[in-house]
Amino acid sequence: MYATTYVKATDVADAASRLDAADDGKLLAGGMTLLPTLKQRLANPDCLVDLAGCDLAGISDDGQSIRIGAMTRHVDVANSPVVQKAIPAVAHLAGHIGDRQVRNRGTIGGSVANNDPSACYPSAVLALGGTVHTQNRSIAADEFFTGMFDTALDEDEIITAISLPKPEKAGYVKFPNPASRYAMVGVFVAKFADGVRVAVTGAGEDGVFRATDIEAALDADFSVGAIDKVSVSADGLMSDIHASADYRAHLIAEMARRAVTACG
Amino acid sequence: MPEGTVNNGIGASVRRKEDKRFLTGSGRYTDDINRAGQLYAYFVRANVAHATIKSVKTDKAAKMDGVVAVYTGEDVANDGVGGLINGWAVTNRDGSAMTEPPHPILAKDKVRYVGDHVAMIVAESAAQAMSAAEAVEVAYDQLPPVVDLASAASGAEIHDGMANNTYFDWELGDEAATAAALESAATVVNLTVRNNRLIPNPMEPRAAVVDYDPIADSYVLHSTTQNPHLLRLVICAFVLGIPESKMQVIAPDVGGGFGSKIYLYAEEACCTWASKKLRRPIKWTADRTQAFLSDAHGRDHINKVQMALDSNNRIIGLRVDTLANLGGYLSAFAVATPTYLHGTLLSGCYDIPAIYTNVKGMATTTAPVDAYRGAGRPEATYLLERTMDAAARQVGMDPAEFRRLNFIPKDAFPYQTAVALQYDIGDYEPLLDKALEMIDYKGFAGRRAESRKQGKYRGIGLSSYIEACGIAPSAVVGALGGRVGLYESAVVRVDPTGTISVFTGTHSHGQGHDTTFAQLVTERLGVPIERVEIVHGDTNRIQFGMGSYGSRSLAVGGTAISKAIDKVIAKGRIIAAHMLEADDADVEFKDGKFTVAGTDKEKSFGEIALSAYVPHNFPHDRLEPGLEETAFYDPLNFTYPAGTHIAEVEVDPATGVVEVVDWACCDDFGNLINPMIVHGQVHGGIGQGVGQALLENAHYDDNGQLLTASYMDYCMPRADDLPSMQVDCLVTACTHNDLGVKGCGEAGAIASPPALINAVIDALTPFGVTDLSMPATPEKVWRAIQDAQAKAAE
Repeated sequence: MYATTYVKATDVADAASRLDAADDGKLLAGGMTLLPTLKQRLANPDCLVDLAGCDLAGISDDGQSIRIGAMTRHVDVANSPVVQKAIPAVAHLAGHIGDRQVRNRGTIGGSVANNDPSACYPSAVLALGGTVHTQNRSIAADEFFTGMFDTALDEDEIITAISLPKPEKAGYVKFPNPASRYAMVGVFVAKFADGVRVAVTGAGEDGVFRATDIEAALDADFSVGAIDKVSVSADGLMSDIHASADYRAHLIAEMARRAVTACG
Repeated sequence: MPEGTVNNGIGASVRRKEDKRFLTGSGRYTDDINRAGQLYAYFVRANVAHATIKSVKTDKAAKMDGVVAVYTGEDVANDGVGGLINGWAVTNRDGSAMTEPPHPILAKDKVRYVGDHVAMIVAESAAQAMSAAEAVEVAYDQLPPVVDLASAASGAEIHDGMANNTYFDWELGDEAATAAALESAATVVNLTVRNNRLIPNPMEPRAAVVDYDPIADSYVLHSTTQNPHLLRLVICAFVLGIPESKMQVIAPDVGGGFGSKIYLYAEEACCTWASKKLRRPIKWTADRTQAFLSDAHGRDHINKVQMALDSNNRIIGLRVDTLANLGGYLSAFAVATPTYLHGTLLSGCYDIPAIYTNVKGMATTTAPVDAYRGAGRPEATYLLERTMDAAARQVGMDPAEFRRLNFIPKDAFPYQTAVALQYDIGDYEPLLDKALEMIDYKGFAGRRAESRKQGKYRGIGLSSYIEACGIAPSAVVGALGGRVGLYESAVVRVDPTGTISVFTGTHSHGQGHDTTFAQLVTERLGVPIERVEIVHGDTNRIQFGMGSYGSRSLAVGGTAISKAIDKVIAKGRIIAAHMLEADDADVEFKDGKFTVAGTDKEKSFGEIALSAYVPHNFPHDRLEPGLEETAFYDPLNFTYPAGTHIAEVEVDPATGVVEVVDWACCDDFGNLINPMIVHGQVHGGIGQGVGQALLENAHYDDNGQLLTASYMDYCMPRADDLPSMQVDCLVTACTHNDLGVKGCGEAGAIASPPALINAVIDALTPFGVTDLSMPATPEKVWRAIQDAQAKAAE
């Protein structure tokens, strides 16, 4: 890695001002993407602002939704009785991100802010119609994920928490990339009283997206068989050495079936 | 074994002595070595696959903080430094010599693969060296890359004057007799297979620390080599012109090699050269990306197979035409791997009267390709065992029975194959039968039906392999083009107190020699295993040896140890006879004691050892004092491990995912010293075989960029990709070494890929799938099902 300056912010305001003061500062949450990137000299920030001291971890049940602090680690989400009770699919998702080491360091805020097109969390936040809270505002998931590695966050804006509305039921199933074990296709299905939301990660050229055809089919008939009637298009899907767009399109339908099954 | 002692001798699964340091993080690897005043090297590598170098501008880099020197190919050439060598030369089938293009340690006029070494930075810190490397400006005139093996012959010329990008065009066997067999055959089976390109990925990347001593004009080179003496010989005699006596090569703990650490690489040579120029120690450690780019890759063949069967389904002929991708330069044993380690194995376990093979060694603008666990034998086994299944399917026979029908019968040994080798001993049917029993072959139909109820397609696949290891008889190797001897050496040093140090010319980089060799000593001399030390990996401590690869360490190195022990016992007997006032002929040595037959007179081994060093009562008229013996052992033949591996898989047709649900194998490695270590070697080999068959693939794009240069994209097998394996052994003892051992290090990697692919094809038979290439990725399997269904619907 290149030499850089490390600071540990004391609270969110401090982190924001540190970030503002730097030429090209980066927030350090769990570091599970950032640190390998730095090691390989693929990024050269002049300042790393560590959020570990900003008191951003924690999980609460607000009645209609659960609120997960940005610095809450995947392992803590996976093991949280609150999450397990309110939205077990989210606990399941968190418990299957990366490996044990990654889950012990990686955070929900880091994952959502990075918006890796193959990350698991964005699909949950989008499918559940969640809200991303920052020090300045609250952003609806439908507005938050704006493209591959791109979000609605302003420069120096820091995610403080994520709210996830409780669905009637939800399920997440991913097909891991055999090499990286990131999602090659991950489908999150959430059934609410007023409709079904389905989000797909790992497959879209613009990152996570809602599968509106599948949503419509499940709105009409919330069953595995309903998905058979949907023809998932390969347009706009990624094609790489691991999977063609066609195969990803096929997997989206298949993972959607399994996610519906997982809804129970 | 003396009464009352724990059996730590031959046949005991003794826990590995070396694991205490490995499992507690106390191993000492090359990167753990630091010398006072050490500098750090970093290499500027080609980022294009094929180009002439217009200029290399180093002035900006040279002025950067901490930079001590920047060297280019021109500096190396001006110093008259030699290039890397080709260790094996074959003759083309038209009788001409093969082409051996130069392989400079820093590229001068041209680069020939992404990762080729263009410049070397030496700096006070590794980070400074890396930063300076980014400031070196290399201007290239790009040439068309040559990536596709099948069309490499018609690609842009990679080496000046080398026609058709062909290093050699070699043949073995009887072309006319094979053609006649194919002509007269009742059945001809045609199959073309691709052996996918692999990247070895030992846990420890390559590294070197070299320290030049200007007063003594000598060097100490720590290196991650499998082969310290050969490294010394090559770097001294062929590259840098250093007296061998002035070079100490130390291979400390080495974290795996799988063949990729046999050879001298450019980086070690550059560091050694620069250390003298700068009069400072230099360290270089590869990161994983550099390992992906520049370690010698493995496999990468296209094999076109024609097999002839008579009307009784007996194989009467086999022709194999192979294109072997050897990359942009010839690595040291790149030539041997697809020729004498491949063409000679084409008879497998089968009685095939006529075989012919043609192998073209091709250049492409990709990293050099050389030996990787199995080296040529996995490629031979894969094409043969795939063809065996295709043939059985074509003639409607059970694949196990088709193999049985064609096995070399037990009473036919020694068996002369049609491709130069003479198998000394083997008995293949019991290995097949045992493996069939272990996997419950008879119960497979029931299991398949059960899987179908769950929506899964179950398949079973066999591979009956043979390999030639215990490499190798030097005279044979020399006659076939090898430029080295392949004997092994041992010194058994008995200390005055009866403890023993064994100095072996083999090298352990994970194989467990500290334990296996100690068990051999314990068995033979009756000395507790705790009092035996195995020493390897240091040219100043150890007599010339040839290192470890080709499953040779026990069969060749162990036999050398055994022969040195014979000499120790023979000398001890004379000392004992003198002390016991008996005739030599009446003294027996057993269980650590010298006894006089028919009397109660005895001397322990320890007493004899003490007497050898405190020779007060000693046969000075017959012997010199001391008890230390040397043996060099050159094997009389290769050894021929064999066996049958059976894989059982379940395919999810909805995703194409293949799950390996069971594995049974029965191998004949000859006598076993430590069954636990042998089983571990088989487990690891199968792991790599599963990797090749399902997961791993080195993928270059059309521009010659390696797309799989990290674990994000290169899929290594993980624990949960592997089944629980049933491993068993039967024994026919090797007839030509004292231990009756054959070698087990590569068998798993050789046997397993065809078993697995055969199983997947078997699983997909209901869809009409008959062929599938490695790696059988989920998409490839899914697509094969889709295509077969579409074809069926036509």
